[in-house]
Parts: sequence; C-alpha cells; structure tokens
Amino acid sequence: MTSNLLNICRRGLHTSSVRQQIIQSATPTKRICIVGAGPAGFYAAQYLLKNLSDCVVDIVEKLPVPFGLVRFGVAPDHPEVKNVINTFTKTAEHPRLRFFGNVALGTDVSLQGLRNQYHAVLLTYGSDQDRELQLENEQQSHVISARKFVAWYNGLPGADNLEPDLSGRDVTIVGQGNVAVDVARMLLSPLDALRSTDTTEYALEALSRSQVERVHLVGRRGPLQAAFTIKELREMLKLPNVQTRWRSDDFSGIANQVEQLPRPRKRLTELMLKSLNDQEKLSSSASKQFLPIFLRAPKSITEGEMEFSVTELQQDAAVPTAAIERLPANLILRSIGYKSSCADADISFDARRGHVRNREGRVLKVDASDSVDAGLYVAGWLGTGPTGVILTTMSGAFAVAKNICEDMAANALDTSTSKPGFEADDKRVVTWDGWRRINDFEIETGKAKGKPREKIVSIAEMLRVAGV
Amino acid sequence: MLVINTCRNTARLVQRSAWIRNSFPIIGPSITSRTFSLGLALRQQDVVNVTFVRANGTKIKTSGKVGDSLLDVVVNNNVDLDGFGACEGTLTCSTCHLIFKTDDFEKLPDKPGDEELDMLDLAYELTDTSRLGCQITLSKDMDGLEVQVPSTINDARAA
Repeated sequence: MTSNLLNICRRGLHTSSVRQQIIQSATPTKRICIVGAGPAGFYAAQYLLKNLSDCVVDIVEKLPVPFGLVRFGVAPDHPEVKNVINTFTKTAEHPRLRFFGNVALGTDVSLQGLRNQYHAVLLTYGSDQDRELQLENEQQSHVISARKFVAWYNGLPGADNLEPDLSGRDVTIVGQGNVAVDVARMLLSPLDALRSTDTTEYALEALSRSQVERVHLVGRRGPLQAAFTIKELREMLKLPNVQTRWRSDDFSGIANQVEQLPRPRKRLTELMLKSLNDQEKLSSSASKQFLPIFLRAPKSITEGEMEFSVTELQQDAAVPTAAIERLPANLILRSIGYKSSCADADISFDARRGHVRNREGRVLKVDASDSVDAGLYVAGWLGTGPTGVILTTMSGAFAVAKNICEDMAANALDTSTSKPGFEADDKRVVTWDGWRRINDFEIETGKAKGKPREKIVSIAEMLRVAGV
Repeated sequence: MLVINTCRNTARLVQRSAWIRNSFPIIGPSITSRTFSLGLALRQQDVVNVTFVRANGTKIKTSGKVGDSLLDVVVNNNVDLDGFGACEGTLTCSTCHLIFKTDDFEKLPDKPGDEELDMLDLAYELTDTSRLGCQITLSKDMDGLEVQVPSTINDARAA
C-alpha cells in the first residue's frame, strides 16, 4: 500500500504541469507550513516535496536569511559542513516551495493563524536559548554563554554588540560538548587561519587584540563521559602553536577500561590517552594551551576565578565531594546546552526541558490529555532537545516528514477543504529571490577580503539589499 | 597520469555541478555534451556495475566509471537515497555510510584513515565492514559490487 502510494507520488513528480493541475483540481492542494529555515526545516521540506506530489510547502523564517545554525552555528573554519546549503538551495528552488523570510511566529504570525491557512504546520525553529549554571554572579559581564559567543563570531543579528572581554590570559569554558570545543578553537586558532573564513570582521578585529593564552575546558564527569566528538578533539590536537595538556589524575584507571568500550568511545579514549602519553614525552614550544579538565562541577563565580567542586563518579553521575578547586577565569563561557523558547502561547511546551511536547514529532495538545494535536508537528532540536550532528537532525526530520505523509494518507488530519496558505500582505517579507540578492552581495563583499562571504549583520541592511 | 587525473577530476566536478543545478534550466548544453562525450569514450572498458541494497532488501542497480567514488555513482545517477552525501565528500558527515560484504571489504585497496573512522564513529548501524562511500574509488575489479545502505539513511526510521 505504502509503496504503491510512493510510486504514484513519484510518478506525479515527473508529470507535466498540465497533468499536475488536473490532479490538483480533483483534491485540494495539501498546504504545509514549516516554521524555521534551518536544517530540520529544509530536510523535512525535501522529503515532503519528494513524497507528496500534491503538496506545496511554505517555509517561514524569523530572520531575513535562511539556513539557521548552518549559517549561525557551524564554526567558520568548518566550511565543508556548510556544503549542505547546496542541497537546501536545491530544495528552496523547487517549484512547489516558497520561502518567506523576516516573518516571526508569535509576532508577525500566530500559530492559530498558520493553522487556519495550512493543512499541517511543522515547527522547526530550533533552540535559541541556553541553559544556565544557576550560580550567583552569573549575570556579571565576564560570564557569557558560548551560544552568544558563537552567534557573535558568526554574525547573528543582535549578537554583534556582545563585546567579549578577551584582555585576560585565562578563559574557562564550562561544558565539554562540541560547541565548547568550537569556542576553544576559535579562541586559540592562529588569526591568519580565520581571516580566510566568513568570521565576521568585528570578531576578527577583537580576536586580533586577544590576550587569551589558556583555555580551560571543564566537565563534571570523567574522560569516558566526554561529550566532544573525536573529529573536534583531533582538530584541537593539530592546532598550530597550541599545546593540549591533560591531567594524568583524571585518567587513573581509564586505560584498563578501554578494551570493553564500544568502538566510538574506545577510539576517542585512545586518542586522549595517546595525547596524554605524548605530552609527557614531548616538549612543546607552543605559546598557547588547551586544558581539558574532568571531574569538576561549577560551584561559584568570583572576579577572575571560578570555583569548582571536585566530583566523584557514581553510576556515571558526577557527585560533588567536599574538596574544591579554583581555576583562573578572566572570562567564563557557559556551554552546558541549548534550549528552545516557546514562540507562541498555543504551543504545548515543556518549559523545564526546553522543548515542544511531542510523540514522534506529532505535537501533543496543550491540555493535559496527552493526545496528539492533529496537523501540528515538530522536528529538529525544538522537538528532540539540542543534541546530535547533522545526520541526527536529517534522519529525525525525514522521520517526522514521513509521519506527515502517512497521517495525510490515513486521513488523520483533514485535507478535504482547500487552504489559502500564507498571504504576504504589507509585511517586509524576504522571498528566495531576496535572499539570492543578499547572498550575491555577501559573496561579492567577501571577495575583496579573500573571504567566502562577508555576512551582513544588521537586519535593516539585509532588508535593504534584499530590496524589500 | 597527472593529466588523466586532472581530466577525471574535471569531469567529476562538471558532473557534480550538473547534479546540483539539474533543477535549473540555466545549465548550458556545452557542459552536458562534454560530460557525454567523455562518458562515451570511456564506456566500453571502464564501466563498473554497482548495486545498492536498501535495508528493506530492494536493490538499485547502477554503474559508475573506474575512478569514480561511490558517492559520485549515487550523485551522477540520481540514485534515490535521501540525504546521501550531505557534506559532498569532504569527510565532515557520515551520510554516505555503506556496509560492505566482508570479502569485498577486505579487498578494498585503501584502509580507512583516522578522519574517515572519526566520521564513521558517528554513523548509525556501524559495522566492522562499514566505509564512507565518498572514500571508495571504483576499480575494474569491483565490477558487480553490492553494498548495503543502512536503514537510517534511506528509510528514515530513526526519530
């Protein structure tokens, strides 16, 4: 049954426009709105366009520009990761897809409004907040979130005025995920390596005056629970003029456990142990240091220092002991996870966990019934929480899009009446053509500086270049 | 040899960009014909038949040329595998993960390097005979190769 349906859908893709019109006039065009033009949104759109020949997909995006964390999260020195943009662009230029940038859910449009205009609404607006340490003095200016720091060097509108204080010798990063490692690498990389990336000009200027020499990367648990992945660690170990120094105490008893570990964890641990072993043997003339520190839980923040509890592992959980350690910290970067915000009061949102309540991407009703709110879906970090690499988001988005197809085929949501879709009225909406103008402009501006692009940071400037 | 490699890479790039833009009518006929004539010249002796097997057992029979990567084969033939090769062969994702039969795996001339293994470590359904398709270059003796595509790529079962 499903494969028959898929075949029909596929054949539909190749029919002429005349034929498509005939098909469409028999049943109303299925209108699907995706809120958020990041990877989850684009991958879901790709799947829907391929597998539902009688659907049209609109993507609305809060910013005037698309691609979400691929543009504003992926580190500038990882341009290869951004190749997914080519596939997203192909999806965006599909005749049955429309892009509406500069349209924010909760302010420009309401969820109820979108649901009236579309048969299905898929929320993919990601995670724009971060978890806090819940410590006193956390609001001081020398404590900033890694998320904001990433947004700063990547040119997220509104993040350009962060002014991180890089005048001190020591930066302490709390957290050991890949975001934490990205930030450490940006702080320790030779500036010349960053000048040929799309790092924003003001960030390059600030980094050129940086006095940072040591970056501490602190985690509550041990090496076997380290959250960074092996590629990111290998990159740190190869960074010119940077020495990685581990604490041998952190690794006591670890070598004996390596053989029993699953392959990914085993290879990561072996790489750490090899690096630890090398540091004892090799002298280094590097002027900068990357200092991963395990088994320390954040306790308090003071001027120039951060206090940690020494922890012990009990069943993989970090339990603080009475012992404490102080680490120098002219700047503290908090990197203990992202969370999502609730863009519209009608969304069933789990504020504690920071994501939309859902079952396999089907959003639950706002009431306590635990039943599915037919026609409303969520994918990406907004639904799963902020973990995983691009493959994780892609597979998740495909799975939710598949559920949408199946729900429509099973009449689990009403597609019998026609829906109007988004009407741009007088709002300053950026279409895909508008984005192309911004894209061309950024690439052209970047050329003069030997960069792949110079990102426009101000929304007003984006709108001007887009011609709206 | 260098010249041959350059030609081959150029052909590959042309084909790759043709794939990326194949939904736009802008693409010039000259590019298409260049690819075609090169393909024709190589057709007889350099075709390598490859079969991709989906997790549900369905087989996709296709072919590439000696020197193509398995990612090229998927791209050039528009093989229907959603999300395959997201980073376009730059060793920064694991979406072109393929599982080989043990015999075929052992016959592969190059063992995976650290960077490939790093990415494979992030793949779903990792096996001892897993490789990234972008790192496997076709040779004549691979004719008839059959590789398995993990279910998470083409069936998208994982939530």
